[in-house]
Amino acid sequence: MKPAPFAYAAPRSVEEAAALLAEHGGDARLLAGGQSLVPMLNFRLLEPALLVDINRIAGLDGIAEIAGGLRLGALVRHRMLETSPLIASRFPIIAAAMAEVAHLAIRNRGTIGGSLAHADPAAELPLLALLLEARITAVSTQGRRVIAASDFFTAALTTALAPDEILTEIELPDPPAGSGWGFAELARRAGDFALAAVGVIIAEAGGICRTARIAMAGVGPTPLRAPAAEALLQGGTLDTGAIAAASRAAAAAAQPADDLHASAAYRRHLVEVLTRGALSAAVARARKVVP
Amino acid sequence: MSGKRRIAVTVNGTRYEREVEPRLLLGDFLRSELDLTGTHFGCEHGICGACTVILNGDSVRACLVFAVQADGGEVLTVEGLGSVEALHPLQQAFHEHHGLQCGYCTPGMLMTALDLIRKHGRLTEAAVRAGISGNLCRCTGYQNIVTAICAAAAAMQSGEPAGDA
Ligand SMILES: Cc1cc2nc3c(=O)[nH]c(=O)nc-3n(C[C@H](O)[C@H](O)[C@H](O)COP(=O)(O)OP(=O)(O)OC[C@H]3O[C@@H](n4cnc5c(N)ncnc54)[C@H](O)[C@@H]3O)c2cc1C
Repeated sequence: MKPAPFAYAAPRSVEEAAALLAEHGGDARLLAGGQSLVPMLNFRLLEPALLVDINRIAGLDGIAEIAGGLRLGALVRHRMLETSPLIASRFPIIAAAMAEVAHLAIRNRGTIGGSLAHADPAAELPLLALLLEARITAVSTQGRRVIAASDFFTAALTTALAPDEILTEIELPDPPAGSGWGFAELARRAGDFALAAVGVIIAEAGGICRTARIAMAGVGPTPLRAPAAEALLQGGTLDTGAIAAASRAAAAAAQPADDLHASAAYRRHLVEVLTRGALSAAVARARKVVP
Repeated sequence: MSGKRRIAVTVNGTRYEREVEPRLLLGDFLRSELDLTGTHFGCEHGICGACTVILNGDSVRACLVFAVQADGGEVLTVEGLGSVEALHPLQQAFHEHHGLQCGYCTPGMLMTALDLIRKHGRLTEAAVRAGISGNLCRCTGYQNIVTAICAAAAAMQSGEPAGDA
């Protein structure tokens, strides 16, 4: 249960880190919060020749307002998301979901960049990135590119990032004005990975649903959107019948698997129940019935 | 880049300099380099919470941080919490409320509870239960631990001396 030997570098800039990745290719690994990587090193599931610790790079842990949204540095810790006043006012769904992520000691270290790059199918932040239509910036010695969240998660624990790319920041566009959010998850214990989790964003105008987004985690190899369920809501009235129909459609879009913790059928059932709860909460928030 | 690295870490107020391999976990650094064996390793992959210590003011798993990452930093372990003569209010409360049996999980419970109490103003019992959900105890059934943390939180907030923590 101890890691195999590795060389260690703690660069002070993204350029230096990118140069190390370019030089060492697949033999190097970035170390951010270490809350997913170090367990794999301890188990020797991974034996990289070099760890590039990005924790000493300044300027990667900011939460900043930009035109029409927020920009989050890759080293923003879960605990910062949980407590930031800017997050609480602009993206309360993120603050609410963070309470479900692991435990305080893990949230003190874990980073948004690490969570997105690790891409656990049951993790909350990838679900939120997909729901909030995040734009993810990747930097290498070849340059910089921006990846839409919808193109980022390609398979379980697999993303569009190349081995020599560093996720440096993500941009979150503000959801439509007047929208409401809902987030619901079930885990066996507080802080465990979700058996299923659902996040939604709803916007209404003149009694008609203008925007409906539904994303889920724990029920497929990657976080998933539920486009058919979203289409059922868009352009209609957000009554209990519509919410129930959309929740069934979301359950149909899930791709759950049986495992030790729950059967696929149970997980699919959970998606329906959680979607119904999240949609009802989002509608209530959009109508200012609840904060 | 490879080979041993010289690091300086302040642990419980004392500065230590050592040459360590990059792969040395912070918990192994404390136990085998500094002989501070109060920090216990359980699962060594972040699940059990036994090795929780305070690093630069935050609770962390000492099995998920490398000693080289603590270079220049400050660590508080259970040895720095209180002494046999002057128990920390948390230690006093665990003693009074029988918050331990075998004691293996206790250092991690104490350091986790310390961070919880510092970061939450008022700690409800529900917050304590959620807050220690990442710390496994196989003896007590948790009830006495929850009671002890609630009692310590009340004592610490009413301004009783909180040790040098
Ligand atoms: C007990 C326990 C419970 C947990 N429960 C949950 C939970 O309920 N929900 C949840 O979402 N997560 C949970 N986690 C995981 C936790 O949130 C991790 O912190 C997170 O998934 C990974 O972030 P990190 O910063 O620790 O990444 P690291 O562990 O440092 O890295 C993870 C991977 O991402 C790569 N990487 C890191 N940063 C970058 C970057 N900037 N660019 C490119 N690649 C990068 C690394 O090379 C590595 O492959 C749990 C972890 C533990 C130990």
